[in-house]
Amino acid sequence: MIRFLLRRLLWFGLTLLCVVSVSFFLMRSVRGGPFDNERTLNPAIERNMQARYHLDWPQWKQFLQYIGPLNLAEDGAELVGGDGTDPFGGILTGDFGPSFKYRDFTVNDIIGQSLPISVSLGSIALLWALVLGLTAGIASALYRNSKTDVALRLAATTGIALPNFVIAGFLVILFVFLMPLLPVAGYGTPKHLILPGFALGAPFAAYIARLSRTGMLEVLSQDHIRTAHAKGLPSRLVLLRHAIKGGLLPVVSYLGPATAGILTGSLVIERIFAIPGTGSHFVNSALNRDYTLSMGVTILYTVLVYGLNTLVDLAYTFLDPRIKLEES
Amino acid sequence: MASANRSLRARQSAALLLLGGGLAAAIFAASSGRLERADFVFKNGTEVQSLDPATVTGVPEGRVIRMLFEGLCITHPETLEPIPGVAESWEIAPDGKTYTFTLRDDARWSNGDPVTAYDFEWSLRRMLHPVTAAEYAYQLWYIRGARAYTHMPEDLLYTDNLLHSVWLEEQEESSTSETVRLRMGLTGYLLEDIDQALTPGLRDEEERPLNVGSAVEAGGAFVGFSGPEGIQLHYHSPISGTVTATNPELAGDVKGLVEDAYEAGWILELECPRAELERAITAGEVIEGPEFRVEVIEGQNRLAIRAEDERTLEIGLNEPTAFFLNLMAFYPTFPIHRSSFEAAAASGDENSWLEPQNLVTNGPYTVEFRRVNDRIRCRKSPTYWDADEVAFETVDILAVEHTVTGMNLYLTGECDWLETTPPSLIPRLMGREDFQPAAYLGTYYYRVNVNRPPFDDPRVRRALALSIDRNAICKNISRAGEIPAFSFVPPGMPGYSGVEMERPDHEDPQEGYKLRLAEAKRLLQEAGYGPGGMEMPTIELLYNTNETHKDIAEVLADTWKRELGLNAKHLNQEWKVYLDTQRTISYDVSRSAWIGDYLDANTFLDMWVTDGENNRTGWGNSRYDELIALAAKEADKAKRLEHLQAAEALLMEELPVLPIYFYVTKNMVNPRLGGFYENMLDEHYPKFWYWMDDEELEAKRGARTDEWTRVDAAGPKEGLYSPAERRRRAEAGR
Amino acid sequence: MSQVTRERWDLGGTQMEELLSDVARFKGESLWQDAWRRLKANRASWYALVFLMIFGGISLLAPVLPLPSPTAIDLQIEPQPPVAPWQELGNDGFRREYWDLNALDESLVDLRQLIFGDWQLSNWMGTDAKGRDILSRIIWGSRTSILVAIAATLCSLLIGVSYGAVSGFFGGRIDNLMMRIVDVLYSIPFIFVVIFLITIVNEYRTELEDSWGVNREVVFYVVIGAIYWLTMARVVRGQVLSLRETEFVEAARVIGASSARIVFVHLVPNVLSIVIVYLTLTIPAVMLFEAFLSFLGLGIEPPKVSWGLLAVDGSEVINPVRIYWWLIVFPAAAMGATLLALNVLGDGLRDALDPKLRGKD
Repeated sequence: MIRFLLRRLLWFGLTLLCVVSVSFFLMRSVRGGPFDNERTLNPAIERNMQARYHLDWPQWKQFLQYIGPLNLAEDGAELVGGDGTDPFGGILTGDFGPSFKYRDFTVNDIIGQSLPISVSLGSIALLWALVLGLTAGIASALYRNSKTDVALRLAATTGIALPNFVIAGFLVILFVFLMPLLPVAGYGTPKHLILPGFALGAPFAAYIARLSRTGMLEVLSQDHIRTAHAKGLPSRLVLLRHAIKGGLLPVVSYLGPATAGILTGSLVIERIFAIPGTGSHFVNSALNRDYTLSMGVTILYTVLVYGLNTLVDLAYTFLDPRIKLEES
Repeated sequence: MASANRSLRARQSAALLLLGGGLAAAIFAASSGRLERADFVFKNGTEVQSLDPATVTGVPEGRVIRMLFEGLCITHPETLEPIPGVAESWEIAPDGKTYTFTLRDDARWSNGDPVTAYDFEWSLRRMLHPVTAAEYAYQLWYIRGARAYTHMPEDLLYTDNLLHSVWLEEQEESSTSETVRLRMGLTGYLLEDIDQALTPGLRDEEERPLNVGSAVEAGGAFVGFSGPEGIQLHYHSPISGTVTATNPELAGDVKGLVEDAYEAGWILELECPRAELERAITAGEVIEGPEFRVEVIEGQNRLAIRAEDERTLEIGLNEPTAFFLNLMAFYPTFPIHRSSFEAAAASGDENSWLEPQNLVTNGPYTVEFRRVNDRIRCRKSPTYWDADEVAFETVDILAVEHTVTGMNLYLTGECDWLETTPPSLIPRLMGREDFQPAAYLGTYYYRVNVNRPPFDDPRVRRALALSIDRNAICKNISRAGEIPAFSFVPPGMPGYSGVEMERPDHEDPQEGYKLRLAEAKRLLQEAGYGPGGMEMPTIELLYNTNETHKDIAEVLADTWKRELGLNAKHLNQEWKVYLDTQRTISYDVSRSAWIGDYLDANTFLDMWVTDGENNRTGWGNSRYDELIALAAKEADKAKRLEHLQAAEALLMEELPVLPIYFYVTKNMVNPRLGGFYENMLDEHYPKFWYWMDDEELEAKRGARTDEWTRVDAAGPKEGLYSPAERRRRAEAGR
Repeated sequence: MSQVTRERWDLGGTQMEELLSDVARFKGESLWQDAWRRLKANRASWYALVFLMIFGGISLLAPVLPLPSPTAIDLQIEPQPPVAPWQELGNDGFRREYWDLNALDESLVDLRQLIFGDWQLSNWMGTDAKGRDILSRIIWGSRTSILVAIAATLCSLLIGVSYGAVSGFFGGRIDNLMMRIVDVLYSIPFIFVVIFLITIVNEYRTELEDSWGVNREVVFYVVIGAIYWLTMARVVRGQVLSLRETEFVEAARVIGASSARIVFVHLVPNVLSIVIVYLTLTIPAVMLFEAFLSFLGLGIEPPKVSWGLLAVDGSEVINPVRIYWWLIVFPAAAMGATLLALNVLGDGLRDALDPKLRGKD
């Protein structure tokens, strides 16, 4: 177990290095720069701005500078920002640098402010997704091909098929304007998170419903369930003790990416409900060519995905004894 | 079985615990962010780049900066005339080139410090300084010496390499092929240090001479200073040689050195082998004199911004710039608090002065709370000189981008002013009393790449310009009452009337358009296209991703395809790529828009000079450049406008741009809001805002003569007035 | 130990008789024949399949149908509401305006004009603010969306399944390495990848189109596929990881089957059910992703249209001031119906292909 985690950690380091290097050079090879604007900068001013962020350096040098607290300026001179301090500490020191677009903030500030908000929105979305998805999935597997099954599958399909901005729009009309129960947008109270949580969770709920239905059907057709039935165990017990455990496997393996997806893929929902979460930065930082912020959220995403996938792999061994952790 | 059961249950409860914990954390996080609704809430469109006035450029940034800071002037909320801000009065020299501002003595920073002329001198200098990298620095280049100041070479300023602080110039007449005689002095970077070391207050009250000395030691020459307050600056020249002379005129007078560091400002003469000089130059350790003279000294020492005393600021201009006062009311020129800025720089976290708890402002509001992509909560500044007239105690600035969300917030009373509305709703909003579009200082147009055939042929460009159905676009796509544009400068510039392109016209707009289409077809044929001539050209319409841009591009492509027979294609690019394509002039025609910076035709015309940064069409015309330059130099107002008009006429003849319409503002404002006026610049000063009570609101409604639809006005029925206004009302009531 | 013997062990006497006769009856039938037969027996799936085929046909034959042009602009101040067919069936206002169609479609449009002349259906589903017929745009838009879906699905199927199966089967170091590569690809910000590729395509658009037939849309399909195979690989790998410990794999190994054979003959069919479910989940996701990219300006270019674009346009109108419901309801319904049919079909296929259910109904 410990060995497994240590190996994972090692691999994580390698993965992160790959992600960081590929992303770093990919970003800079895309056309357009952080300071391009409707108004073209005067060349002298543009030069000044580039120098401020070392964008005038060769890329390999920028990369090394980004990675670590190195002193790379020429002639042994100090690295100088506007006031004689170095704007980048390098990611090895935990400093993701200043944001190019939101210049009053460092990337650390931005992630620090928005991540808790995304976590709270994400927890509610995940809760919606799990509660709705599992209930629907299990019910529809148990009453396979009945009316309940059809109705639940129809609902699930609607959840997947309708873009979440459409769902969000209708929710707002319904619960804000027709029935004034909930606030329309913004962030502040738990009430503010109900609608966005639902809209964000809906497609995931539908996924979970379908995955758990399939997983359950799979398990229900297997021998050990039949054996259990044959042994005369009450169906409820069979369901709880044997079927759910095995039927949840596909759901569990989906939970890792789903959680990462919920936490980071909430751009549209964040826009519609004006929630200052992390989701919008994933896309906007790329569109703004905010290299540092974009790298920051990329690293965040890598950590999330990797951490969650490790959790999923651990959960696998709990749920399905046939699976071993990587053999040595 | 039992143990398996137990462990399963344990796992289940662990999972539940985890989920519950997450939820609790969520609710905690959510409830801790709770803020009371502010007195006034407005939507600002996007998160601002920065709160630092000098370095920002956008319209949303402008709205925030006007809340927090105040410049020498502000503009009248209705007429946009410059009116006193921090300056209570000003004098303009007869030649129009020197402005002397007198600051009010009760202006205070939010920490209680007085706002002085030195603050302005330092803030404007800082804005121009290359290290600040202010995008709008060029707006100040009308000031004498400002352009050169911003152009200081970055290696002089940008590295902390002290070796760069010495300049050398060869004295050709006394050099031989083996040895050179050099004069050396200090570069602008050092002079800046000295200038700062001599604090502004001291400099002019009494002469505080510094001692200039020099010495030669093994390996190099030293030049240095010492001052009465223990200022010790020593700099080391990298050149080895023999000192042959020192500058006698400089003895002790460092002010002279600062004033004219180059020609008379040399410090010592040195003789060294030629190889030694060449080595130093190749190694980049020194900067050669002539280059230094052009790039540094002229900017550094002639930057004509001077605080005469605490309350007097003198600014000298290159040319009589008619709109200079408007520039002083333009938000990037607003001052910042020097000592908190410097304290932040010294602390190693150069942005910490912008954090809410540290930000010192001189405007009507201070920042109380700020969250990225959410809001800036502003609180009234008690030290603002006109605080008595400020009504709202708290104001929230929302960074909401989605227009439909903004509309929803407005309709539920959570927001009082939207800076723009969803385009699809405009037809439904027209005529409502809270949606009153007004002329705006902006032009929507297409650039034409005049380098690329067939668009190098003015007849083709004219055909394109004539065939645009502007009325249809304004009526059916933009729909907020935009004005079809046949010229480039929007109407409403004081004293200026635009010059429209020549075209057939008719009383009935539809007929007029038909005539123009016929003319366009004729022009294309004349240029050799169409039946019997060359194949109709392909035209690619470049635009960035946006609903309205897409719609207009679709209409243009449709027209050009259907009516002119061109092979029209779309090229939709993501914003930054679009900018890059436009900048490298690798398009056929490209959607563009220009919003004026100040109320003068120049802001629309000087961009089209040959190779101007914002030209981006490849178009150039020497007569045009000449006219713009003439206008800049002209002191006589009428003559100046004539030059500008001649320039616009030339632009509309050559048509490197295809104007489509002039913008209107699209503010959605709670009708109860007083002190808010639609104006050409869409600039609104928060100090004038208040909530009207029902009585005043009805009076305002009753006074309207045009047609409008009544809507419910949210907000306090009893109004919310400034302390001063409340007193006035109480007195009037008695 | 094979499945059949185990089942025989579990079942009682008369049932065993039946089963034996069943087995005898289906001997020699391939997996696909069997699946097809069972699919036909599943009424819901059958209807779904028929619906999809009809819809596909309509979509394919769009140029021949008497629809108004999906691009011809007739500017309106506001979107026009639907005209019911019984009020006005059609009119003679057809304008032949399309984007650059390929030769086949061009001749289909010729055929349409031959048959219907200038007669076209009225705006049964209303128009947008530019006077374009929504019905026509939905049908023409389905062509783009279906293409995107097919391309991305194939990509995710081919790469994702084999990658995941191989990784899961070999396990250990290989699995680890392969999964770490997936992790890296997962984390690279896709927007940059999209912008990067699209920029290159734009740069060389004439060359690419002339000599390779590659245009922006093709790149777009590739990008989407390339993003979606990753999740597929993970899902398949997870399943295979659990399956490779089962008896039938061991049995195959014992009788000396090659690794390739075990992966592609024994394991892949066993994960097909989850793969199909995942595919039916991927297709809507792909369509929405297409909408999202179009929204960012990285997708297809107007005047071309897709369901994603219609959905994005429609979402703007959901607001309390005025709801132009036909702009959102019809595209959403078309999308919903198609995806529902796909799901039902997917479930049918899942059951039909499941080797464990093989031979019994």
